[in-house]
Amino acid sequence: MTNLATPENMVYSRPESLTAVHNHYCPGCTHGIAHRLIAEVLDEMNIRDHTIGVAPVGCSVFAYNYFNCDFVEAAHGRAPAMATGIKRVLPDRVVFTYQGDGDLASIGMAEIMHAAARGENITVVFINNAIYGMTGGQMAPTTLPGQKTTSSPKGRDVEVAGYPIRMAEILANMDGAGYIVRRSLHDPKNIRMAKKAIHTAFETQIRGLGFSMVELLSTCPTNWGITPLESLTWLEDHMIPVYPLGDYKVSEHLAAVKL
Amino acid sequence: MPAKGWIEVSDMYCKGCELCINACPQKVLQLDMDRLTPKGFHPAHLYKDGCTGCAICALVCPDAAITVYREVTKKPVIAAGGA
Amino acid sequence: MAREFLKGNVAMAEAAVRVGLEAYFGYPITPQTEALEHMSARMPELGRTFVQAESEVAAINMVYGAACAGVRVMSSSSSPGISLMMEGISYISGTEVPAVLVNVMRGGPGLGNIAPSQADYNQAVHGGGHGDYNLIVLAPSTVQETIDLMVLAFDLAEKYRMVTMILTDGSIGQMMEPAELPEMRPVIRKDWDWATNGAIGREHRILSSIYINPPLEEETNLRLMRTWQKVQANEVRFKEYYLDDAEFVVIGFGTAGRVALSAVRAARAQGIKVGLFRPVSLNPFPYAMIDELANKASAFLVVEMNTGQMLEDIRLAVRGRIPVEFYARLGGIVPFPDEVLSEIQRVATTKLTTDLHPRDAWLARFTAQSER
Repeated sequence: MTNLATPENMVYSRPESLTAVHNHYCPGCTHGIAHRLIAEVLDEMNIRDHTIGVAPVGCSVFAYNYFNCDFVEAAHGRAPAMATGIKRVLPDRVVFTYQGDGDLASIGMAEIMHAAARGENITVVFINNAIYGMTGGQMAPTTLPGQKTTSSPKGRDVEVAGYPIRMAEILANMDGAGYIVRRSLHDPKNIRMAKKAIHTAFETQIRGLGFSMVELLSTCPTNWGITPLESLTWLEDHMIPVYPLGDYKVSEHLAAVKL
Repeated sequence: MPAKGWIEVSDMYCKGCELCINACPQKVLQLDMDRLTPKGFHPAHLYKDGCTGCAICALVCPDAAITVYREVTKKPVIAAGGA
Repeated sequence: MAREFLKGNVAMAEAAVRVGLEAYFGYPITPQTEALEHMSARMPELGRTFVQAESEVAAINMVYGAACAGVRVMSSSSSPGISLMMEGISYISGTEVPAVLVNVMRGGPGLGNIAPSQADYNQAVHGGGHGDYNLIVLAPSTVQETIDLMVLAFDLAEKYRMVTMILTDGSIGQMMEPAELPEMRPVIRKDWDWATNGAIGREHRILSSIYINPPLEEETNLRLMRTWQKVQANEVRFKEYYLDDAEFVVIGFGTAGRVALSAVRAARAQGIKVGLFRPVSLNPFPYAMIDELANKASAFLVVEMNTGQMLEDIRLAVRGRIPVEFYARLGGIVPFPDEVLSEIQRVATTKLTTDLHPRDAWLARFTAQSER
């Protein structure tokens, strides 16, 4: 059957916007899927050479090594501010941040809220895996009640540690936001929808329709302590009820555009 | 008749995470337990016929390790003058 | 251009605008808010970028982003706000991109007050952010000097790919003096070979302060050191007054230096052979000049609006050869010329010792005086 492997028959290959680098993410970690989707969109929209990415602090701190576009590294939580600085002086470039739940919803809470409030024409890809991966599995602002982490060893006690934060819902309330959606990466159908959302988010930016964010429910097999395949099920069973998928804000101008 | 497909899994990127194996609707993927990638993973591979080139494996692959081929079946061309 | 009556903060901001500033990101904080307000009108008027950020933390990170994009960018703040910027300053320094900052110092520590002070010298000169880095630190003493140093700051920042900080205080920021602004220059976007502004027709670039592999981080630290050596060799700046035949030298920067000049002139009128050495670059510090002066003078008098921060750098240069006396006012109080004149008279007529640390000696005198 290998005689099928001809250029004319090729229906999918690794996107150009990913560098030829083996990434450091754990096997089965959905960061890789998110990276790949962004890269596919950069390829399809042909915007790679005028895109600038802003990497966070977290497991994806080395994101700048994996994309074939200009990239800068922000301090923890500050990516939306850094992206603001870049986009304001380079308005014709596409600027996106890629942030985890600690980076965006904990230390970076002020920066993300105000970037959305100001309606910065940037795109934020928010990887929500309900845990702090890079530092070894501590509680995140998005950790579920009762979820065991290394800093909530008996399970998150809402009396003491409060409740998870739903960023898509909160940011959708900002008048400056143009496209705020939550998708998931746990199965093929949802991955396809996630890719479409990333595409729409970049379109939002390019059309100057305000702040855009795609929150992507993601897995962390290593720190959840289960296999990659079990993680997909855990996400579906436990995270989606707390973080419902859907469109939380879609600018009317965007809705009118056929994408 | 289902399409005929073929995939190549790159040893440079595959981490043997099994997401593709789980997602494949034709169940034609397995880890190759007879060899290791340079990083020490058992890579995924086609272990029997039946791949339709649907590319769902590539869709779920976190490492963009998969290239997918699907046989192009040309429709028969009806001659201009009728036959 | 003609001389105009200008407020320090406004002159500081307008000078930057005149030399091609493309972006200003800031936050209100007394006593420098006039700079932000001036920028909020001028920058949009000229089609340039102005954002009042949600905090100084956000502001410095916006500066970091724009700096990576390769444009002239600045922020201004005052002591507590500058503390918030320290993380960002470390990152900008580690990434080796240019930026200009202004600290209009006020009384502290903590929330302190809104009166002028010089208590952030150590924070600026001896590193307030984490890690091994240097800022070029320039200290004006007049509105005109503020303008001139602002113009210089952007050139130095770009020349060495580092942060240049103008270290001034609330007195200079708030005062109005006749001064001349430079002509308006067009904005020129330089084609830097390091800027992350979109990889059109070139390989993509990465700007980061991460060097996860220690040997590479060591290499970076060495590179920063070697750049700093060039700065030390080329960018020392200072002003000298009446030093040719000076037996005693008063040393002070910024407002303290300015007040001391009045006192030095009054002392000269009384026949005391005293001069003033006023460092303009605090980093790189004019160690060599101080060292040389210590061979000629019989005593130094350091005047600062802090508890003796530059004092230690002076003592380092003097190496115990001559007595180094100290006079300070703290907490937002500006010394009067007659206070400094009394000190000059004391230094010129008293037998000085090097037993006590000059700070302790000053504190003892100061306490005794307040108790009278």
